Amino acid sequence: MIEVSHVSRSFGNFRAVNDVSFSIPTGQIVGLLGPNGAGKTTTMRMITGFLSPSDGQIFIDGEDITKAPVESKKKIGYMPESASLYGEMIVEDYLKYIAEIHGENAAEKVPALCKECGLKEVMSKNISELSRGNRQRVSLAHALMHDPEILILDEPTSGLDPNQVEDVRAIIREIGKTRTVIVSTHILSEVETLCSRAIIISGGKVVADSPIEELKERFGHELSVKLTVGAKSFDEVAALLKTVPDVDAVNLVKNETAGIAGTIQVLVSVNGTAEIRPALCKKLAEKNVDLYEITLQTNSLEDVFHALTEAK
Amino acid sequence: MSDKKSKAKNPVFVIMRRELKSYFSGPIGYIVTGLFLVINGLMFFSAFFLYNRAELRNFFGMLPVMLSFFIPAITMRVFSEEKRVGSIETLMTLPVREIDVVTGKYLAVLVESLVMLAPTLFYVVTAEIFGSPDYGPIIGGYLGAIFICAAYSAIGLFSSSITKNQIIAFVAAMAICLALTFVESFLVFLPDGIVKFFSFISASVHFGSISKGILDTRDLLYFVSLTALFFVCTVRAEVNSKR
Repeated sequence: MIEVSHVSRSFGNFRAVNDVSFSIPTGQIVGLLGPNGAGKTTTMRMITGFLSPSDGQIFIDGEDITKAPVESKKKIGYMPESASLYGEMIVEDYLKYIAEIHGENAAEKVPALCKECGLKEVMSKNISELSRGNRQRVSLAHALMHDPEILILDEPTSGLDPNQVEDVRAIIREIGKTRTVIVSTHILSEVETLCSRAIIISGGKVVADSPIEELKERFGHELSVKLTVGAKSFDEVAALLKTVPDVDAVNLVKNETAGIAGTIQVLVSVNGTAEIRPALCKKLAEKNVDLYEITLQTNSLEDVFHALTEAK
Repeated sequence: MSDKKSKAKNPVFVIMRRELKSYFSGPIGYIVTGLFLVINGLMFFSAFFLYNRAELRNFFGMLPVMLSFFIPAITMRVFSEEKRVGSIETLMTLPVREIDVVTGKYLAVLVESLVMLAPTLFYVVTAEIFGSPDYGPIIGGYLGAIFICAAYSAIGLFSSSITKNQIIAFVAAMAICLALTFVESFLVFLPDGIVKFFSFISASVHFGSISKGILDTRDLLYFVSLTALFFVCTVRAEVNSKR
C-alpha cells in the first residue's frame, strides 16, 4: 500500500512535481504515464527515498517514509531508469553483494534470480560488457532480490528488443498478481497490456488517474468510423451522415484524401458500441455518394494520452 | 522475518568489502601505490646510498606532503564516480542509512591508504640491517602516519561527496590537505594573536610532535577531531543530496 499525499518537489525554481496525490492498494499494477520531463522519475525517486519531497508526505503501509527510511526501503524493490550499476563488477558478484546487503541467503537467492531473469549466460561477465538489455535484467534481478512487497520500475522495457520486452512484461505480470507494482513508461501499449490502472502525469501534475477502461470511456467515444467519401463539401456529408441512427458527431479529418480530387475524409463518432457500418454504407448508396474507404477505430489510450497531455 | 534479520550482515562491512574489491581489481590502486613507493623509495635510497644514512627522518619529514597528493588520488573516485555514473541511486535506495554508506566507504579508503603505506616498512628493515635506528621516532612516525591517513582520507571522502567530477574532488582534497600541511611554514608572516590558532590547525606540527615519539593528547585530539569533522560533513552532504 502506497499513499502519496500532496507531494511537490522543486529543483531551484523549477517545480518538477506539483501537488501530486494518489494511493495504490496491494496487488495492483499501475502505469505511471507521461511525456518526457513530466515528473515520472522524480515521483518514483521520492517514493524510493532517493529524493525527499519539498512538500507533502509519502506513506508505505501507513508509515511515513521520512520517519522510517530503512524500514520503508526494505519493502521496496527499485529499478532505476538508467540501470546504472557498478561496471567493474561481475554480475554474480554484484548480485551476491545485493543479497548480502538485504541479508538474503546468496547461495539460494542468486541462482534462482539468475534463472528468473534469464541471466545464465552472462553471470561471469563484467557488468560494463553487457548489452543494455542484459543490464536491465541485472537491474531487475537487483530489484527482486528481497521479494519486495512493492516493485517500482522506471521504464523497465526501454532499450530492449521485442522478445526481451515480452519476457520482462511476463515477469512483471507474474509479480503483479500478489504485489504492488508501479511501472513508468511512455509506451502506451505497454500500459494497455500490463496495467489495470493508469496515472497520467503532465507538467508535474496528475491529469488523470483511473482504470484503463474507464479512461478510454471518459475521454472519448469507444468507437468511431473513419470514412473517405466523394463529396463537394463537408457540410453536405455531415448532414447526411447525421441522419443515421447512433451517430453522435461527424468531424472533418481532411479534404482530398490520398490525392484523390473531390474526396473528403470524416470521422464519425458512435454512441455506445453499436455497429453502424452497414447503415452508413446504405445511406451513402441511397444518396449516390461514392465510398472509397471505411474503417472502424477503437479509441486507444494513445488518443486519451494526447488529449490530456497536449492541452497543457 | 526475525530470523531473516539476524542473518543480515552489517551493511557497513558489506559496502566496505565491495569498495575494497573494486579498488584492488582495478589498475588505479596499483598505479597510485606504485608511484607513491617509487617517489618515497628514491628519497630514502638516495640518502641511503649517497650519504650512507640508514634512517627514516627524511621519509617521515616528507610524508605529510606526499600523502596530501596520494590520498586524494585514492579517495577522489569514491563518491564522485558513483554520482557521475548514477549507481549512487541504486546504492541509496538499498535499505541502508547514509551513515552506513559513508562509514563503509571511509573504512575502505582508510584500509587502501594503509596498504599504500605498508610496503614502506621495508625501509625500517633496511635501516635495521645497515644501521642502528632509534625505534622511538619510527614507531611514533608510523603512528602519526596512521593518524594523517585517517584525517586526509576523511577530507578526501568529503571532497568526493560534493562533486560528480573526480578532478575537482582530487584538487579540492589536495588543496585542503596541502593547506593543513604547509600552514606552519607561513606562521612567521602572521600577526602574533593568530599564530597560536594556525599552529594548532597545522597537521605537520602535530604529526611532527607525534613522530618525535611524544604522545600528547592534544595531537591525538587534533587528528581525531579533524577526522570526525570531515566524516560528519560527508554524512551531512549525503543526507542533503536528497533535498
